[in-house]
Amino acid sequence: MIPAAFDYVRAESADHAIALLAEHGDEAKLLAGGHSLLPLMKLRLASPTVLVDVGRLDDLRFIRDAGDHIAIGALTRHRDLEISELLSQTAPLLHHAAGHVGDPQVRHRGTIGGSLAHADPASDLPAVVLALGGTLVVEGPNGQREIPIGEFYTGFLESALEPDELLTEIRIPKLDTLGWSFQKFNRRAQDWAIVGVAAVRADGHSGVGLVNMGSTPLYAAGVVDALHSGATAAEAAERANEGTEAQSDNNATVEYREHLARVLVRRALEESGLS
Amino acid sequence: MKITMTVNGVERTDEVEPRTLLAHHLREALGLTGTNIGCDTSSCGACTIHVDGQSVKSCTMLAVQADGSEVLTIEGLADGDTLHPMQRCFQQNHGLQCGYCTPGMVMAAVSLLEENPNPTEREVRLGLEGNLCRCTGYHNIVQSVLACAAESSGAAS
Repeated sequence: MIPAAFDYVRAESADHAIALLAEHGDEAKLLAGGHSLLPLMKLRLASPTVLVDVGRLDDLRFIRDAGDHIAIGALTRHRDLEISELLSQTAPLLHHAAGHVGDPQVRHRGTIGGSLAHADPASDLPAVVLALGGTLVVEGPNGQREIPIGEFYTGFLESALEPDELLTEIRIPKLDTLGWSFQKFNRRAQDWAIVGVAAVRADGHSGVGLVNMGSTPLYAAGVVDALHSGATAAEAAERANEGTEAQSDNNATVEYREHLARVLVRRALEESGLS
Repeated sequence: MKITMTVNGVERTDEVEPRTLLAHHLREALGLTGTNIGCDTSSCGACTIHVDGQSVKSCTMLAVQADGSEVLTIEGLADGDTLHPMQRCFQQNHGLQCGYCTPGMVMAAVSLLEENPNPTEREVRLGLEGNLCRCTGYHNIVQSVLACAAESSGAAS
């Protein structure tokens, strides 16, 4: 399978990438690791006429302690997250989940920014960043703005990113973590999750994200509401499907997905230390 | 677009279409057909090579993305007639049946041991999750990798 023809431009800087996006508008797509976009292009489900390669913008590849949060450059690869000592100390849920994205070859190329911006409801990291309450920093022709992850996903493969904006940084609040869990249910090790759950319990913060339970990555607001009311893990898990719109496919029916969501949320909360 | 990459130690400069996949460039322009294409959807791992020292699936990377990189394919692994230890361990442990997945398995396994020189059996299985064997010959593949790890750590100590 070969993608449709396109013009390839290598961005020399974030500003250059934004200028190229502004010039080419909807016709252009950003290429980072390429592990979400290239498969779509090979299947001709995406046919951008211009590819702006941001893969060499090494100044967007970092993980650093920024006081009240951890700042992660958008081009940081899954492998870098997986082996980061700083992340294992400060955001163990993200550290762990990054090691379960795809397979080692995918993790060597794929980036956190690409994964979040692609807005695939079946991806692991959006649910994790939803659970952690992260903030996305994006840059466009009019400067920088911050988007809370809860406001980022607007539809299937759609986000609040404007066509001429570049996601540059992900901010993960430093939580006083009491417990966390990442549950990924699939049939083969490397597959997308049929259903996945990311949960974190911290001093003053509880968060639960759902993978593959609707047209966007989802925050399990009902579950978190129950937790704030002092529910047990089993009671809170009963609210796992509030606001979900699971789809049927070859792997699972809607009913099965909803069952999985309840079971996996309960397991995630129990593993996070809630009885 | 003109790209230059070092492939198995030899610098190569070629004109490629931007949409040319690295796997196709290696096989068709450079004649390195040891890199197999299996599923073509980044699932099976048959096309695994190393780019700048890390395993990648060359069917899911554009040749232009590898411009300026060091590329290692299965053809570049042996030292002349002397097999790479991983190749020898696959041979000695019958780590292959039909052989189609083997180049990708070997390249993934070499990358795995570089990141984790003394893996447990479970870590080997997880480390090779991106490579499928249609013969289901996983048992001996895992044994091959464990044998290579044991040999290397023995040599080091």
